[in-house]
Amino acid sequence: MGTLKKIQNNCHKATFLIEKKLIGRITLREKIELKIHLFGCGICRTYQKQTVKISQMVRRLFSDSASSAKHLDDTFKKDMQDRIENELDKNKNSL
Amino acid sequence: MITKTLQIEPRNWVATHADYLYAYAIARLNDEEQAKDLVQETFLAALQKVDKFEGKSSERTWLTAILKYKIIDVYRKKSSGLVINTDVQQAEQEQSDFFEPEYGHWTKEHAPKSFGIDDNDPLVNKELNSILQKCMQKLPALWLSIFTMKHMDDQSTEIICSELKVTPSNFWVIIHRTKLNLRACLQKNWI
Repeated sequence: MGTLKKIQNNCHKATFLIEKKLIGRITLREKIELKIHLFGCGICRTYQKQTVKISQMVRRLFSDSASSAKHLDDTFKKDMQDRIENELDKNKNSL
Repeated sequence: MITKTLQIEPRNWVATHADYLYAYAIARLNDEEQAKDLVQETFLAALQKVDKFEGKSSERTWLTAILKYKIIDVYRKKSSGLVINTDVQQAEQEQSDFFEPEYGHWTKEHAPKSFGIDDNDPLVNKELNSILQKCMQKLPALWLSIFTMKHMDDQSTEIICSELKVTPSNFWVIIHRTKLNLRACLQKNWI
């Protein structure tokens, strides 16, 4: 099997390159190989669309959860406040 | 002339930063109890080094940096040890028949199919999101740790590799496998 045929059939490698390209860098040669593969492979084109969408969803998920997460309950906060005050007083006394 | 340095006021930490730090930890660990513990530990650790606070960054940034370190520590503990072998092996096993062994073409059974969804439908996106969250929770600890560090904090590959002790080539293999896993999991539970 020729090199071209190998590139055209290797979805495992193509999906790897898609992922690497998404968050890192791939070489020029790899870019060309990926282009050739995607040109002839509808399945990997679908994969590419979906994996880009997943990355976007994940990033949004993280930023949303940071802004709308549950709050700490008051008892826990009070305990924590007391511990901090204690520590501060301890330090003050030891000076 | 008075130079303005950022002040540090431990007595206000709980009121000012506790909820923020808690949300930060929950987003990265998805474990309320553990998040609580880490917030507490962060404050106590910060108290010990108050004198090292130079006022170069804000109090919140400084506290967050301490918390971040503790979270990475949790990742490290979770993804080392005995568990790693079984959960990673199992996850690798699950995708062993995604591609034909000879040339790496998708197998019929696992080839990606269109989800057939309208990207702009908020209800659909909400549903998809909740499936995605469940799929992420099923990932092996090491994979989830690497994936989270990369996508949530845009941590550099070098730092992730050194913190979690994986080689760069293994890093890319894990990113690839994680995405294959998540996509397959979405397809399985969506269509």
